[in-house]
Amino acid sequence: MAAHLKKRVYEEFTKVVQQQHEDLSAKKLRLTKPSKSAALHVDLCKATSSADALQYLLQFARKPVEVESVEGVVRILLEHYYKENDASVRLKIASLLGLLSKTAGFSPDCIMDDAINTLQNEKSHQVLAQLLDTLLVIGTKLTENPSVRMRLVEVACKHLTDSSHGVRNKCLQLIGCLGPVEKGIAKEAESQAAKDVQKIIGDHFNDQDPRVRTAAIKAMLQLHERGLKLQQAIYSQACKLLADDYEQVRSAAVQLIWVLSQLYPESIVPIPSSNEEIRLVDDAFGKICHMVSDGSWVVRVQAAKLLGSMQQVSSHFLEQTLDKKLMSDLRRKRTAHERAKELYSSGEFSSGRKWGDDAPKEEIDTGAVNLIESGACGAFVHGLEDEMYEVRIAAVEALCMLAQSSPSFAEKCLDFLVDMFNDEIEEVRLQSIHTMRKISNNITLREDQLDTVLAVLEDSSRDIREALHELLCCTNVSTKEGIHLALVELLKNLAKYPTDRESIWKCLKFLGSRHPTLVLPLVPELLSTHPFFDTPEPDMDDPAYIAVLVLIFNAAKSCPTMPALFSDHTFRHYAYLRDSLSHLVPPLRLPGRKLVSSPVSPSITSHEDPSQQFLHQSLERVYNLQHLDPQGIQELLEFTIRDLQRLGELQSELAGMADFTATYLQCQLLLIKALQEKLWNVAAPLYLKQNALASAAAKQILEETYKMEFMYSGVESRQVVIIHHMRLQAKALQLIVTARTTRGVEPLFGMCEKFLQEVDSFQRCFISELPHMQGSFVDKLLDLMPRLVTSKPSEVVKILQTTLRQSTFLHLPLPEQLHRATANIIEPTGESDNPLRFTSGLVVALDVDATLEHVQDPQGTVKVQVLYPDGQAQLIHPKPADFRNPGPGRHRLITQVYLSHTAWTEPCQIEVRLLLAYNSNRSKASAKIPKATWSESLEALPQPENGIEGTIPFSKPVKVYIMPKPARR
Amino acid sequence: MPEIKVTPLGAGQDVGRSCILVSIAGKNVMLDCGMHMGYNDDRRFPDFSYITQNGRLTDFLDCVIISHFHLDHCGALPYFSEMVGYDGPIYMTHPTKAICPILLEDYRKITVDKKGETNFFTSQMIKDCMKKVIAVHLHQTVQVDEELEIKAYYAGHVLGAAMFQIKAGCESVVYTGDYNMTPDRHLGAAWIDKCRPDLLISESTYATTIRDSKRCRERDFLKKVHETVERGGKVLIPVFALGRAQELCILLETFWERMNLKAPIYFSTGLTEKANHYYKLFITWTNQKIRKTFVQRNMFEFKHIKAFDRAFADNPGPMVVFATPGMLHAGQSLQIFRKWAGNEKNMVIMPGYCVQGTVGHKILSGQRKLEMEGRQILEVKMQVEYMSFSAHADAKGIMQLIRQAEPRNVLLVHGEAKKMEFLKQKIEQEFHVNCYMPANGETTTIFTNPSIPVDISLGLLKRETAIGLLPDVKKPKLMHGTLIMKDNSFRLVSPEQALKELGLTEHQLRFTCRVHIQDPRKEHETVLRVYNHLKGVLKDYSVQHLPDGSITVESILIQATAHSEDQGTKVLLVSWTYQDEELGSYLTSLLKKGLPQSTS
Repeated sequence: MAAHLKKRVYEEFTKVVQQQHEDLSAKKLRLTKPSKSAALHVDLCKATSSADALQYLLQFARKPVEVESVEGVVRILLEHYYKENDASVRLKIASLLGLLSKTAGFSPDCIMDDAINTLQNEKSHQVLAQLLDTLLVIGTKLTENPSVRMRLVEVACKHLTDSSHGVRNKCLQLIGCLGPVEKGIAKEAESQAAKDVQKIIGDHFNDQDPRVRTAAIKAMLQLHERGLKLQQAIYSQACKLLADDYEQVRSAAVQLIWVLSQLYPESIVPIPSSNEEIRLVDDAFGKICHMVSDGSWVVRVQAAKLLGSMQQVSSHFLEQTLDKKLMSDLRRKRTAHERAKELYSSGEFSSGRKWGDDAPKEEIDTGAVNLIESGACGAFVHGLEDEMYEVRIAAVEALCMLAQSSPSFAEKCLDFLVDMFNDEIEEVRLQSIHTMRKISNNITLREDQLDTVLAVLEDSSRDIREALHELLCCTNVSTKEGIHLALVELLKNLAKYPTDRESIWKCLKFLGSRHPTLVLPLVPELLSTHPFFDTPEPDMDDPAYIAVLVLIFNAAKSCPTMPALFSDHTFRHYAYLRDSLSHLVPPLRLPGRKLVSSPVSPSITSHEDPSQQFLHQSLERVYNLQHLDPQGIQELLEFTIRDLQRLGELQSELAGMADFTATYLQCQLLLIKALQEKLWNVAAPLYLKQNALASAAAKQILEETYKMEFMYSGVESRQVVIIHHMRLQAKALQLIVTARTTRGVEPLFGMCEKFLQEVDSFQRCFISELPHMQGSFVDKLLDLMPRLVTSKPSEVVKILQTTLRQSTFLHLPLPEQLHRATANIIEPTGESDNPLRFTSGLVVALDVDATLEHVQDPQGTVKVQVLYPDGQAQLIHPKPADFRNPGPGRHRLITQVYLSHTAWTEPCQIEVRLLLAYNSNRSKASAKIPKATWSESLEALPQPENGIEGTIPFSKPVKVYIMPKPARR
Repeated sequence: MPEIKVTPLGAGQDVGRSCILVSIAGKNVMLDCGMHMGYNDDRRFPDFSYITQNGRLTDFLDCVIISHFHLDHCGALPYFSEMVGYDGPIYMTHPTKAICPILLEDYRKITVDKKGETNFFTSQMIKDCMKKVIAVHLHQTVQVDEELEIKAYYAGHVLGAAMFQIKAGCESVVYTGDYNMTPDRHLGAAWIDKCRPDLLISESTYATTIRDSKRCRERDFLKKVHETVERGGKVLIPVFALGRAQELCILLETFWERMNLKAPIYFSTGLTEKANHYYKLFITWTNQKIRKTFVQRNMFEFKHIKAFDRAFADNPGPMVVFATPGMLHAGQSLQIFRKWAGNEKNMVIMPGYCVQGTVGHKILSGQRKLEMEGRQILEVKMQVEYMSFSAHADAKGIMQLIRQAEPRNVLLVHGEAKKMEFLKQKIEQEFHVNCYMPANGETTTIFTNPSIPVDISLGLLKRETAIGLLPDVKKPKLMHGTLIMKDNSFRLVSPEQALKELGLTEHQLRFTCRVHIQDPRKEHETVLRVYNHLKGVLKDYSVQHLPDGSITVESILIQATAHSEDQGTKVLLVSWTYQDEELGSYLTSLLKKGLPQSTS
């Protein structure tokens, strides 16, 4: 019997009722049930030994506790706490108290006094620490209450003298999190905590235990984060901590120093052992630089990272970080960098092939050599040569940030960055290439540096090569030899890795347009023209030749004298390339070639406005002419849609906008067409054909609305409303059609109810937008809502039909920027005639390489679909790591798709395409609407949940020839 | 005063024949046991007769530590242990233990088989010697005997190179062996914790050099090789079998991998193969990159580097060949050099220093016509490059290590005297520690200031820490207790316990002092005045006025009586126990100054 009862108890209180906010208005269902506290009490009383009690508590901790019973549970726990002799049980209770006070909706101020009381008689240090932790939880929940905070801080101060490091640790943490931030309040309160918290914490910087020292520094940092202005006096204390024996202390101290250097950059500190004084930020910079050669790599990473953000440091100190005086047998030696620079400036061709080239030169005064550099000297030289790649990456990042803010430093750090291109770890190489790109507007590459940079083009890693192409896009080259060198290396790269074609062409495009004057003297050589003889016409399909032309044409754009050097076939090739690779070849003003140039070039500058105007005008026209006869409207819509589509093709920057509106108008057109059918009034069963048209229209509108909502980036909530509205109309249409075709009322009931629910949720989600929707379908529908709810399905259908017809056409406001998500599969190309052969039943990996544009969160949404000839479809979710982000709005998917099939007799083609998965839960409107209501309403929405139906294909399918062979036995 | 004595038998103001004797806390340790490359007579080995003229060395040495497998650090080991006679423990790291015998055997072969020397150690002796070796792990504390312990730290330099901390009692010495503070392609950088040894014995090969970044050198090297190979030329890289050769292999291997190159790379066979095998095994001793990637592929499983066959040298097309020996003075590297020297497309890269008189030195100094044996003249048309890859710490690296370890004294070995002088001066100037640089056979004595550990009873500790503030590392703290020295151990216990242990009864020692005060008033009034005065002055102490007319300040008793002869003079009796001596004497001096003229 008892067992049965106990079971009942458990059954009941394990039910957890999640209360939704919108239920608050409704009647609250309150379950009267034995609360959790009762059960716990029973358990604890039954416990014969402390081990038993611990077991009960552990079990208890696994289940959540509802808000109302938290207090009761806490009381029982406390009661038991006082009785308990075993420290481990008390520890568990203390931790449970902390857990319970975290319960959402529970205000822990009622248990605070008890918790503080328990501290008084506690002997065990561990339990004390745990209790303080609990107090911390309580305190963080009651941050608005200054008196509570004050009290807790006071308690913490009292326990700071405890002999256990754990307790002191927690106390400091508590003070850091809750200590008064505003000075005024602290003064008013006549308590112990009124003492400056900074001083209290500062006293523990010299604690004997390194963990406590760390906690003290962390608490100080915490105070800083909470907005307290730290005193400058701490600086000298923190500096001493940099020499601590323990790495975590040093690591935290570096942070503290950094914080202080940001707070008081300009104040003056004395240099010990001399009479000079320097700015605090410079001093701190020197100290942190020193930590870059610390013994622990954690500290080194920390220091290197922080260096990057110290931009107020004076340039003198900054440049020292790259300084390293070389010496050999006490004689001054020049670094390889200096030698390279000298060779370059002397005009001599870099030989570097003499032994003794690096022979030491002048004698150095032994007294003047400073082996342990004071301050910043050579910090980056050390950081970049560190054995841990984490440190090297951090150093490269810091270099990047500092170089971005200081052009002179950028110039200086170039040599070091170039050196990093040869790091043994690819990540570091990549990072340094990116860094170089970021600072490229501050620098011009010398020829010898360019040489080193270009050597990396042969790297077998695609990422590296592409990053390098990006870098070359925005590099300044100083000489024409440099350009030539770059071109030659890029062509070499092209020959070795033909897949880099696009990226190399793009790179040359920018290289050309940036250096027209440097390209000019190279043109005859590059085109291999001869003053007297005609040279053979190069092959137009040769990617290398195209690459050269791309470079020249882009240079010619801003260099009008260049076309004079072209030979006849060059002009022909220009015309061809301008058409076939219009994104790479700019429009040129060619003398005597008006045919090519005139229609395009004059309009370049003023091209954008008219088309935009045109777009708006045509839309205007559509929206204004609402009360035309139906035939007229249809025609107008058709024309406008056609215009818009053409406009989208012509103007790439308006494509998104035009497509978006065209789709919307298309939906409207479909809706009108469906409603215009004359046969609506006739009895239902007669028009199966008609009805097919209308339901198809409804279906298509639904699809299009999903496309509009999810395929465009930049859609705002204003548009989302319109889209949802359109969808609602489509659903209404669907309802009407079904009502017409099905016999019997039974199924209609359900559908009507569902529809009404949707209208309801629409109203809830977009309540703020409703005023803008005067005279629309939904507006009218909402007016009729009371009637609809009570009426029969047939009536509902009738009402819907009339409202649909009468409702006006909603104006679709256009957002600033609108881009359609596009995808382009680069690989597989689909041109191969050689089937991919593999043994059936085993898998073959197919490399897929695609560029994605304007896709938000591609990791979550982009899928690869493989269609087999037998109709089988396979959906592949690429790994998040397969997506690279080469630029804003652009993504690149490089992944492998595994194919497998049973044996075929013939090779056959499969289709590979990219899909954009959507889920209306992550609708763009959700950001604006309160979450709780929104997600709730969406659950009611009918969602195509399974994979394919919730996806939009957004790339052209590519065919791949495959041949699974039967396995050989 | 306890002292540490250091006597270099080799490597004192010299490079080669490393062998240093250290006496620490009565223990004798020998650090390294190397041979000298420059001599072929008795001078090539350290003079072990310095340790003892007759009798086994085992009686005089507690242990021998070998830092790494280079012959100038371990070359004399079989001679020392087998021929002179030593049976005690020899410590070295696992990789050193594995590779050391290969090198010793090679050395023996060259000396005995090629040069025909007799009275040299035999293969069996090498084997016997290696049996005495105890291998240690990094950061493993090995107890040599009850008092002596050693611990190895990573030193870079070559595979398995280690720095050793030798600790006896509370005195410690760190011996660095050879080390490298900048990481290279296959090894990491040396690292030591802040162990604050009494003495740091550091190598100082590059005491006066500050080196350029390694990257430039690597890049130059790779560029040169790459260009030559692209031109269709052949590259010859003469190397010594171990150490740098592996680094260059890794460098070229990864470059080939990165750049997708196809030209073959060959490595002349011999002891390298065996050594490579060990490099594959001891992955944990290599650098971060190799350690991280070995799950996918062991970097020492070379994909592009194949074994060399003599016939390959005549193959057409580009290739890269690593061949021994490194100075082009004999053997395979010289043969290949003679074959290729005539073609200007080819290149030879010398990755290290060449001794005068070798072919390597001649071509490096620009000689283009070489006279080979048989009076034939070899015209050198191939390009000659020099590339220094050395794995010793430079001056900055040495300073960095000193900064990391924070020693109290530094001793420099393994370097030239002139260069050491400079570094010594720098170290003294920067760190304010003593720096020594003894010559061979010269003994340096370092006095240490030992800290003597004393056991304290927990009760006493708790009682004393409860008084006053938390203990502070920086400030000394006064505490009362009894120091018991018994059976070679020290204990600090509370006086009560000490008495109990010693079986003594406690005697109280009180100081009593009379102070005369001119005060015409009544006794109890005087007492009251004294009480008020003391209360005013000694705010932090508990001052009490007892009903029997006496005053107590803490445990000090003050009584006042009228002077028997002169009623105007009061005699204050101050009495305190010896524990309160400080306060008591302060009180008397205070009272002697007299009472202030009371306002009442």
